Amino acid sequence: MNEAAGIYEAFRNAIRAEEPVALATIIDGPDTGAVFDVRPLAGAKLLVRPDAPTMGTLGDSDLDRVVERDALGMLDAGISEVRHYGRHGEARQMDLSVFVECHARRPHMVIFGAVDFTRALASQAKLLGYRVTVCDAREVFATKRRFPMADDVVVDWPNRLLDRIGDELGPRDAVCVLTHDHKFDVPAIVGALPTRVGYLGAMGSRTTHEKRTERLLEAGVTNEQLERVMAPIGLDIGGRTPEETAVSIVAEIIASHTGRQAPRLKDGEGRIH
Amino acid sequence: MDEILDDIDRWRAAGQRVAVARVVDIEGSGPRDPGAAMAVNEEGEVAGSVSGGCVEGAVVGEALELLGGRRGSGITTFGYSDDEAFAVGLTCGGTIHLFVEELDW
Repeated sequence: MNEAAGIYEAFRNAIRAEEPVALATIIDGPDTGAVFDVRPLAGAKLLVRPDAPTMGTLGDSDLDRVVERDALGMLDAGISEVRHYGRHGEARQMDLSVFVECHARRPHMVIFGAVDFTRALASQAKLLGYRVTVCDAREVFATKRRFPMADDVVVDWPNRLLDRIGDELGPRDAVCVLTHDHKFDVPAIVGALPTRVGYLGAMGSRTTHEKRTERLLEAGVTNEQLERVMAPIGLDIGGRTPEETAVSIVAEIIASHTGRQAPRLKDGEGRIH
Repeated sequence: MDEILDDIDRWRAAGQRVAVARVVDIEGSGPRDPGAAMAVNEEGEVAGSVSGGCVEGAVVGEALELLGGRRGSGITTFGYSDDEAFAVGLTCGGTIHLFVEELDW
């Protein structure tokens, strides 16, 4: 048995269990000027998991340590790519090319407000691979029966849910506030602002948003913090129905992750991805 | 790799050797991101994909060469700009780099 034995099984089991896992593989040495022959190392593997011991080796304990650290960072960001290292993990050296394949946990979308728009947005988010939580304080509306596509339906006040799960939210996650009722909107936004959540949007007409802004300022939210709130939520595609609105919201989330302005591709130049 | 795990498990349970090709890097347009993978068994059965169908046929050839001991594990590149140098290319104009290896780990 070689040193990589059992890595596939651990990798497969983590993917199936939706536990975060990164697989680092040495894929190549330098194009030119190799000071040593890396071919025997090609294929060497290191399996990195945040909650379980690292398995395998890339053939050098210092290199293993550096790649393990980098792989954990890439898992947090959800990036799979090739990184270059020296033979012992030195930065800014190109001796080795290591491909790190990341299977991050699913991004999480928390939707406040159990309304018609929520149904369409939850379905659209599932299509994009999100874990979806629907939360509303009104138990007649927040039912699994009305939102069968959601992973969790929670009857609670937004601030209380965010007190519990706010620490788990990160750059790949989203909070969408669809209640357009100040009573729920304000605690939801106030509760989401201190988290690391990557996208925070709130539904409502411009008038609703103006009034909501007044309430938020009264609640102690700063103008700088308000810049983070995407409101009115969504891209300007003229969407009207719940389904069309859901498309405009998820499109805005994608554009905010990629840093794009979201004009037509037809009107632009340069790379698509 | 998610979508090819079932086929890999079935093949390995049947004692088949398996080669895996994974997209590790793309330049310009590419239909699949790094991490996209396909697997090929000794009989040439295929699971998964690494492009929009442009290069899969050639990847099967590379995988069978690998399993037959006629090439080692390593990087295989498909690109449009080099279309005279490669038998197949990507119609989207991009270049993809695949790492092809035997799944013996």
